[in-house]
This record gives sequence, C-alpha cells and structure tokens, in this order.
Amino acid sequence: MTPGRPLHLAAEIGGPPRYDPDHYLGLARLAERGALDYVTLGDSFARPGPDALSVLARIAPATDRIGLVPTVDTTHTEPFHVSSAVATLDWVSRGRAGWRADVSTTEAVAGLFGRRTARPAEELWHEAGEVADAGARLWDSWEDDAEIRDTATGRFIDRDKVHHIDFEGDSFSVRGPAIVPRPPQGRPVTVIDGTTAPARAAAARHADVVHIRATSPEQAAAARADVHRLAATHGRAAHEVRVLVALAVDLGDAETAPEPGLASGPPLAGHGTYFRGGPVDLAELVSEWYRAGAADGFHLTPITPARDLERIVNGTVALLQHRSLFRTFHPGGTLREHLGLARPASRYALARTAGERR
Amino acid sequence: MHLAAHFPGVNSTTVWSDPRSGSQIDFASFEYLARTAERGTFDFFFLAEGLRLREYDGRVHDLDVVGRPESLTVLNALAAVTDRLGLAATVNTTFNEPYELARRLATLDHLSGGRAAWNVVTSSDAFTGENFRRGGYLDRADRYTRAAEFVAAARELWDSWTPDGRPRPFEHRGRHFDVSGEFTVPRSPQGHPVVIQAGDSDEGREFAASSADVIFTRHGTLEAGRAFYADVKGRLAAYGRRPEDLKIMPGVTVVVGDTDAEAQERAAAIRRLQVSPQNAILALEQVWGTDLSAYDPDGPFPTSDPVPDSEFVQGRVRVADPLAVASRWRALSREKGLSIRETVIESTTRQSFVGAPETVAAELTAFVDGRAADGFILVPHLTPGGLDDFVDRVVPLLRERGAFRSEYTGSTLRSHLGLAEPVGKG
Ligand SMILES: Cc1cc2nc3c(=O)[nH]c(=O)nc-3n(C[C@H](O)[C@H](O)[C@H](O)COP(=O)(O)O)c2cc1C
Repeated sequence: MTPGRPLHLAAEIGGPPRYDPDHYLGLARLAERGALDYVTLGDSFARPGPDALSVLARIAPATDRIGLVPTVDTTHTEPFHVSSAVATLDWVSRGRAGWRADVSTTEAVAGLFGRRTARPAEELWHEAGEVADAGARLWDSWEDDAEIRDTATGRFIDRDKVHHIDFEGDSFSVRGPAIVPRPPQGRPVTVIDGTTAPARAAAARHADVVHIRATSPEQAAAARADVHRLAATHGRAAHEVRVLVALAVDLGDAETAPEPGLASGPPLAGHGTYFRGGPVDLAELVSEWYRAGAADGFHLTPITPARDLERIVNGTVALLQHRSLFRTFHPGGTLREHLGLARPASRYALARTAGERR
Repeated sequence: MHLAAHFPGVNSTTVWSDPRSGSQIDFASFEYLARTAERGTFDFFFLAEGLRLREYDGRVHDLDVVGRPESLTVLNALAAVTDRLGLAATVNTTFNEPYELARRLATLDHLSGGRAAWNVVTSSDAFTGENFRRGGYLDRADRYTRAAEFVAAARELWDSWTPDGRPRPFEHRGRHFDVSGEFTVPRSPQGHPVVIQAGDSDEGREFAASSADVIFTRHGTLEAGRAFYADVKGRLAAYGRRPEDLKIMPGVTVVVGDTDAEAQERAAAIRRLQVSPQNAILALEQVWGTDLSAYDPDGPFPTSDPVPDSEFVQGRVRVADPLAVASRWRALSREKGLSIRETVIESTTRQSFVGAPETVAAELTAFVDGRAADGFILVPHLTPGGLDDFVDRVVPLLRERGAFRSEYTGSTLRSHLGLAEPVGKG
C-alpha cells in the first residue's frame, strides 16, 4: 500500500491581505480538523498584509495541534530578534512552531529599511543560512535543564548550562546566549523553499523541511534525491529532512475543468506548480506521486483559501484518509512529532557531557 | 486612577524560592496574570525587555530569575485570551528599525482590536550591542535623538494610509534613518499604538513630554513623585500639549495583609527573601565593581574602595557614583550597627504600599489626589499569582471610593487611558 513512511500535508493560509485574526483562525482550525502537519503564512515586507509571525502567535492559543509556520525575512532583520521571536512562538504554541526562512532581493524592500542596498540572491541565501545557524545555536544556548532554582545555594540557573555562542558570520556576529530559554521543541522546525540553487544549498544544510517544485513524480524524486545528496555533504542523514512538493491548487471549477492536472493554469510565483481540478483529482495526484516515492508529502497553496482549503480538507484529505494514506488525527502534540523528526539535543549539552566523560 | 500589571521577567525582586512561584516562561503564567489584570479592569499589561543576560566577571549571572520570551509575540498570543486589557511591550529603538517595528506594532493593534502599547527604551551599551548587527555604537546623547527620530518615523508610517484605505508613499530622510516606500498595514484601530517612555534623565523627560502618552517612573515616594509630576507636566506646554495628554505611572510594589502590622511583617519577610545572602554580596559587587565573594553577608563592609570604571558588572547600569554610594552605605552600617545584608535591605527598599487593603487603597488614592501620579504600574514579587490579593481585596475598595473603574467603558487602550486618538494626516 504505502511506501512505509507517513504522508505529510501542509497548507498556506495567506491570500489577499486580511487584518482580522478570526479569518486566519478559521482557516487554521479547518486545517487542524484535517490533521494537516502545519499551516504556513507567507509574508514579505513589501506586500500588503500583517506581520505573519504575529498572526500565528495570535491564533496559537485558540488552536491545539496544528503546526504554525510564518515566513520570516532574514535579509533586513536582526538574527538575534528572529531567533527570539520564533522560539517564543514555540513557547506560546507549546511546541508547534516553525519558520520559513526567506530573503528580500529587491530595492523596494531595501528602501523600507534604508540600511543596505539590494544584493544578489546567492549572497542573501548564504546569509539566510548563517541566520538559521546562529538561530539554532541560540536555541541550544540554554540546556534543557539550565533552570535549577537551587535554594540551598541561592542559584536560579546553573550557569555552566547557559552558553555564549560566539557566532561569527560574514555579515553579522552574535555573542549570545539567548534571552529566551530553550523552546519546547528544542529547535523549532526550519522550512526553506529549495527551488532555486542558492536556496536549496541553504536548505540542504539548515532546513528540517524543504519545499520543492516539480511537474512529474520523476522530477520530484530527482529533486528530493538532490536535496538528500546535498544534505549528506553536511553530514545530515536523509531521515533528518522532509521534502514536500509545493503545489498551488485551484479546486474551484472541478465540474468544468476540461482536463484536471498540472500547469494548465497561470503559473503563480512562489507557490509551486499550478494544479487545477477537483478534490478527487488532487487526491489521485497525491496518492500516485506518494506511492511512487516521489516526495514525503505536499505543501498546498489554495488559490482562494476559504474555498479551496475547505475542499482540500473535506474532499482531498477525507479521501486520502479513507484510503489509509493519511492519518485521521494528530498522534503527537508538537510539530516535530507530526513530521516524525527527533527533538534535537543541545549541541552545548552534548559537548559538555562529552567533556565531562573524557 | 490608572492601573497596569507588570509581569516580572528578568529581575532581582521575584521571590523564586517561594513554593507559589511558578514559571516565568510558560504561556500559562502570562495568561494567568493577564486574566487577573483584566478581571481587575486594569488599563494594561506590561512587559519589560533586556537583550543580553547580565554577567559578572564574564560569566552569566545566576542568582535572579532569568530568561523570558519575546514580548510582542507573547502579547499577540495574550490578545487571544483577553478582550479589553491593553498590551504593552518594551522595545528598544537602538537595536531595531522603524519600518519593521512600526509594522509589528500596527499588527498587534489590529489583532488585539486597538490594545497595543510600546514602551520606548534606548539602552545601547556595547555589551548589549554584541548580539546585533549594528553593534553598540551610540553614545548617550545619540540614543535619544535616534529614539525621537525613530518614533517620528513610525508615526509617519502609521499615518501614511489615506482615509479611504489606500497606502500613500512615505519618505523619511533624517540623521538616523533614510526610509521610503509604502507601509503595508492600514491605519490601526487606535490610529497610533500608545507610546510609553521609561527613563529619568533630562533628555528622557523632554522626550516623554514631546512624544509619549504614558511615562513609567521609579519615583515612589509622595514628595519625589510630586516633584517629578510637576516637572514633567510643566514641560508639556512647550510642545503644545495639555497636562492630561501624558499619564505619569510609577512602578510600585504592594503588600497586603489582614492588618497593617501583618502586612509590614510580610513585607519585611519578602525583603529578606529578595536580598538573599548571595544577593547582598552581589549588590555590593555592583557598587564596588569587583569580586567580593569572600565576604560574609552578615559581617562588616570591605575597607577597600570601589573600582571606578570596572567592567566587572555588565548588562545592568552600575550606580552613577560608586564612591558616594559606598560611603553612604558604610555610614548607615556604622550608625545603626547593620551587617552588609541588613544595610543593602535598608538602603534598597523601594517605596511600596504596605498595609491592610483599606490602608493601601487610601494611600494609592492620596498619591493620585496629591498629584504625585496618575496611576501605578504594579510589580508583583510572585509570578503569576502575585496580583491576586490586590485584585481581590484592594480593587473593590478603590471602586467603592469611586477612584477606579468598575467596568471598561471602551475597548481600546487609548479609551481606558482617556487619551484622544491621534488625528490622521487625511
Ligand atoms: C521604570 C523604568 C523601567 C525601565 N525598563 C526598561 C526595560 O525594560 N528595558 C530597558 O532596556 N530599559 C529600561 N529602562 C531604561 C530606560 O529606558 C533608559 O534607557 C534608562 O533609564 C537610561 O535613560 P535615562 O538616562 O533617561 O534614565 C527603564 C527605566 C525606567 C526608569
């Protein structure tokens, strides 16, 4: 039946700008009811819309299981602040946070900040990788049991378990440690769209989940193999990385679609290959690609969120569940658990205990 | 009277050794204290900020409550579990950029239905700067010029949408910022989030008089409060503002007991827990700027003098004149025969309101009636249950006296504070 590993599904809940939290909450709850792994909320400094991480923090207490993955710009932000905000999203959602790292290459965005001019994507993705690296070190900088509250000695923390990170990147440095103690997942989940070569290089090194584009199962399988090959060069095993195919889906006129399938509509920048058809057609595609071992799952961007997400959950997902291809509930509580990713140990804890054993 | 609740994060006043002391990190703690404040119809909930952990002699300081989540993210989550309570975040202007912060604050204002506030702080030591791209290069004077220009730029962004809901290009070219483009968030429910200022220097007071809606002070005694109140309110006219346009709210602590005597006893016990033997030595090190761990907290003061420009203590402002403080402490200790620890307790005890509920309610009201404050930011010594007594026992008395609201009459923080909504540029 299945290739022996669970199918992962995620959905984007952005769309035309909205500023009322209930709109986003409704979509996230719908995705949660469909037992999806996570919802994403796209963002950019130059596009109308609220700050995505804030929106997902706003809906976190009103949801229970769904993973929450905002897009975060690494080009014009402070790595230290980014790391704190993502860690805090993990705290307020009790272990359901991720972040999708992205870069800003345009003069329009650079002008909003006035600190640096636009630079090539390659350079910015190198920097984004460094932001992810520094962020992960900050998340590790407090060992899990750093807070001791030892009344006998009057010590609140064991300072041997809170570490400077002394990160030196090419365009920034961070001394550390974090202000925010280690978040519930150890490290929130890092997602990167690995479509372009520089982004894929950063993703293979730093991302837990990589979104890719493909128009056939063969192409998807090749992209996935490429991600695994690149990850291996950084000492990362294939099982540490999930690869999801990004599809922009239009389930609007199922009855009239002459031929359901890929790329039969306008290409949507940034949201993956365009799919048009009915919810059943989408379930067919997912089943077929998944059985062919082309990907670990799919990141779906509904063209019209309110309409298409409802069809995805009540149509496509219900059918996949009926076929026992997709879970009917979240067996765990954290996003890492949904994705089958281990909770990493703090690198500083490992180094310290290794040192103690020597 | 206006009231706000401070959630004690990183500090030396939370009594973490008390069995009732809960987590300072888990969202459940924030939710509990915020709901308590909202039950008490408080104006707002306040979060402080520190961007580098304190250190002594190059090592992370380990005696106080330490570690806290990032404020704006916590406040957005709190917006989901509260309805009326204002949500105030302390955010530094030195290590942020106007476009990003204006956007995050406008987002909070939208997502909370008009309850956002920003406490503008300026700290910029090189020590904190080591966590940031820009580093810590601003000198003291520049901190406030950057802060003022930062707030002005943020206001230009908040004002940049047309009344019929379209973004209008903005352009701000100044000494510290050179930004232009379109702001991506429409005018928020309050027009501008409420602006709070915390800082006591002349520059700080001037900045507050020109730009802030609320000023958070440390002046706790009636006399000091009255002087500060008169001084700050007197500065407003120069900016075309009325005295009621800026609310003065000192940070205070409250200890309630069944009787005044019982409350005094409790307060003394709390002080002893706050100034543990280890913390007493540390307070001394903060003045002396050197390692004094060999000293007995129950014994006499060191005979050596403080090291003037020591970097032994980092991440917290060292006392302005260590030699003067040292001689004051020595004198106090000699005069009253106090040990190191007793001296530290006696000389660092802040004004707080201690007594039976009736006493506390009467004193708070006297401060407001006596023009020493427009309200208070309450700093509990326990997280998250530290305001239970106040809300259950003092707030009803304040309401009976007609000194404090019995229910919210508006839904935005500006309406709680009685502040006008800023006029848009139209
Ligand atoms: C009551 C009060 C609370 C403050 N809270 C913070 C804070 O949470 N974070 C911070 O970085 N600075 C805080 N500050 C520091 C001030 O913003 C300011 O940097 C400092 O007081 C020095 O400025 P001044 O010379 O104007 O007093 C606080 C100051 C006061 C008086």
